[in-house]
Amino acid sequence: MTATANDASTFEAPGLDWRRQIRFSAIGALSCAFIALAGMPVGLDRRSIVYPVLSLGYLSLFWVPFVLASLAGSQVVLEGMGERERDTRDLAAGALVGLGSALGLVGLMILVKNFNLRDPLVNWSPQLLELLSFNRSTTLGMLLWVVLGTTLGLLGGAMHVVPAMVRAKILTVVLSVLIVSVLQTFLTDLLEGFRLEVFTDFIYYKRGGLEILGALLVAVLAIAIPLLVAGRIKGLRARVQKMPPDERSRVNLVLLGVGAALLLVLPFFLGKIANELLANVGLFVLLALGLNIVVGLAGILDLGYVAFFAVGGYTTAVLTSPNSPGFSPELPWPVALIVVVVLTGLVGLFIGAPVIRMRGDYLAIVTLGFGEIIRLLFLSDWLSGWFGGAQGITNIPGVDVGIGTVKGTDPRSVFLLVLVFCGIAIYVSWRLEHSRLGRAWMAIREDEDVAEAMGVNTTSTKLMAFVVGAVLASFSGAIFSAKVGSIFPTSFIMLVSIIILVVVIVGGMGNIAGVIVGAVVLIGVLGGPKQPGLLQELGQFKLLIYGALLVWMMLKRPEGLVPNVRRSRELHQEEFLQDAWLKGEIDEEDPS
Amino acid sequence: MNMLQILDLSVTFGGLHALRNLDFHVEEGEIVSVIGPNGAGKTTFFNMISGMVTPTSGEILFEGESLLNLDPSQVTERGIARTFQNVRLFANMTILENVMVAQHCRTHQKVFGALLQTKAFKSEEIAIREYGEEVLSFFGSRLIGYRLNQPASVLSYANRRRLEIARAMATRPRLLLLDEPVAGMNPRESAELTALIGRLRSEWGFTIVIIEHDMSVVRDVSDRVVVLDHGETIAQGSYDSVANDPKVVEAYLGRQVQDKNADEETSS
Repeated sequence: MTATANDASTFEAPGLDWRRQIRFSAIGALSCAFIALAGMPVGLDRRSIVYPVLSLGYLSLFWVPFVLASLAGSQVVLEGMGERERDTRDLAAGALVGLGSALGLVGLMILVKNFNLRDPLVNWSPQLLELLSFNRSTTLGMLLWVVLGTTLGLLGGAMHVVPAMVRAKILTVVLSVLIVSVLQTFLTDLLEGFRLEVFTDFIYYKRGGLEILGALLVAVLAIAIPLLVAGRIKGLRARVQKMPPDERSRVNLVLLGVGAALLLVLPFFLGKIANELLANVGLFVLLALGLNIVVGLAGILDLGYVAFFAVGGYTTAVLTSPNSPGFSPELPWPVALIVVVVLTGLVGLFIGAPVIRMRGDYLAIVTLGFGEIIRLLFLSDWLSGWFGGAQGITNIPGVDVGIGTVKGTDPRSVFLLVLVFCGIAIYVSWRLEHSRLGRAWMAIREDEDVAEAMGVNTTSTKLMAFVVGAVLASFSGAIFSAKVGSIFPTSFIMLVSIIILVVVIVGGMGNIAGVIVGAVVLIGVLGGPKQPGLLQELGQFKLLIYGALLVWMMLKRPEGLVPNVRRSRELHQEEFLQDAWLKGEIDEEDPS
Repeated sequence: MNMLQILDLSVTFGGLHALRNLDFHVEEGEIVSVIGPNGAGKTTFFNMISGMVTPTSGEILFEGESLLNLDPSQVTERGIARTFQNVRLFANMTILENVMVAQHCRTHQKVFGALLQTKAFKSEEIAIREYGEEVLSFFGSRLIGYRLNQPASVLSYANRRRLEIARAMATRPRLLLLDEPVAGMNPRESAELTALIGRLRSEWGFTIVIIEHDMSVVRDVSDRVVVLDHGETIAQGSYDSVANDPKVVEAYLGRQVQDKNADEETSS
């Protein structure tokens, strides 16, 4: 008997893999215990998601059984393989994974009650036990966890059993409640700008989180709005698709213009907090766009990118502040900016020249070193006559733009200034990507030796990437020092480089839109190295989440949130070729 | 005058003599084949001309000027382009971009041209694109049309080889080094490519050096054949004279066993 790929019945669909379920139970148990011992439930309990039933602290545990159970139940269906019929066994499997996760917590509770390991594990505390027992007796708490875990696991497993439509609806509801709850500060601020605070007062609890009624309202809206609007959007989109290409590009241009105009008007409707937040996001968008040129286009892994941010910031401070200890010309900011750009470009050349001859891991390590060297120079006593050492430089004036002054106390003006520079950075990235230089960068990223053999001077081309990246970072630095008003070496720790890199990777390396989305999501929600995000409570867990997110992205979606076409091709080469083959785009060998 | 002149050239990697006291020359308009058994030093020979390997001693002159101590990109700028034995395209760039990037050393626009979208920048971009399409259309309809904006990785093996040649052509060279251009192609494709190699000289005016194992191709295209073995030239001349040279036969097939008994048997 011959097996053909088209005959689905040829391959028996694999049965439910119980070993996989047990493995996931163990993972769930360990994750729950780890999260609890990392202190997330206790540390995040202050912030409600839905008041008073669900706090961020409990959410940090609740997602584990649900998500793991649904992950454990998912399976890859290969071409020519029948999909297994979903039945009650899937529910049982989900419940098993949920139960396993809960048992991890139950075990932890028993240990916490009977032993004291507080010395190495700071979070091994009575508060943790109290929280895990839902403020009741430990036994009752354990029972509750078993029930809750099993139920959540059951629901996770049920996601595979219910029809796809229902599943999509459930996900929409859960995500919108979460998102609306997280966006509280921002939305309250925004609606206040429109004098619509009645609405936010109704759905939000004053000290954070949605009210139960509010959550219900959001859920209803999340189901209703797509029903009302989806058809029309589809119709519009279809109409745009049918237009001739030049008309379509005109529509896109108009949309882009409207979007930009809205963005420029937005700050005037936002209050201080939201503007401050967006200004911080904007500073990181600038940095991420710059690093994207170096890492995403030219493929140079620069781990010391913060150096250019620091040089930009310090140069601005020295040139504009009256308190600058050594040389204090007190130039106006726009004039200083020209000097800053030139100087940072030169520093880019100076650091780049020795570094650029290295490749891969060596290059990454050396850039890491240079990033630290620059920070230590600003910190050193040797140069403290110029840069103030650990005292830094204070009293940096704002930016005088004629109609007003841009300074930290007026976050709206800072956000507007940042927007302008983000616009410039986007334009620069976009134009350079589609130029002779951009093509040369891509060729170097693909294969440096061949690029060199095809006539690309790799040394000068890579240096150019370094310099352009440095200049974009210096914009950010210059705005940063005018915004904060004072500047210290501690603002330029290595962590800044790492976080910008994570933003670029998670957003989508080599893609301008991806990088912006990455910065908005990560910096906006989690916060930057020092700057708080929407979930300020996350504070100390920020790095843990950054790390976990990075690992998860690398495993599941290495191309980032908004992938660059080329990169996702590269990372999913086989799937891409398979698709092309199915569409008949692969060319067959000529017949002989 | 010789276009390329290599004088007494040696390349050693540690104790290994990849090339030993090599003398070699190519006249303008010639097609020269370099053959030899595996490990004879043929690819090192190309790497050395294109600047990817620095010779230990000797001299390389291209149009009377030394190529020693030049970077590969500078060698390409002087007018020497190459292809690679194990096809090395920019796989995630489109087919058109592959030939566009190869014109790097013939074009000049820098950052400011791109940012300000100057007239010079725009016209240069158009020129790069047009020349790229012209080069690609040399291979018939295989690499143009809807293919232009597809990534190079979807191409069939034979078409990747063609694109590699197109990319080398796009650098506007005078001397073209082809490293096993028909390896992995079927007989029909290799016959077709052989014809194209002839046209590369007659229509585009390239002088060509080929490394090739396929003897029918070597016979059909070359004016002169150079045989390398263990890094040394062991024979050169027309295809027929080289093919019958006992040293060449020995290099490829080994020496005939000089057995006394065998001699006696033949004499008796």
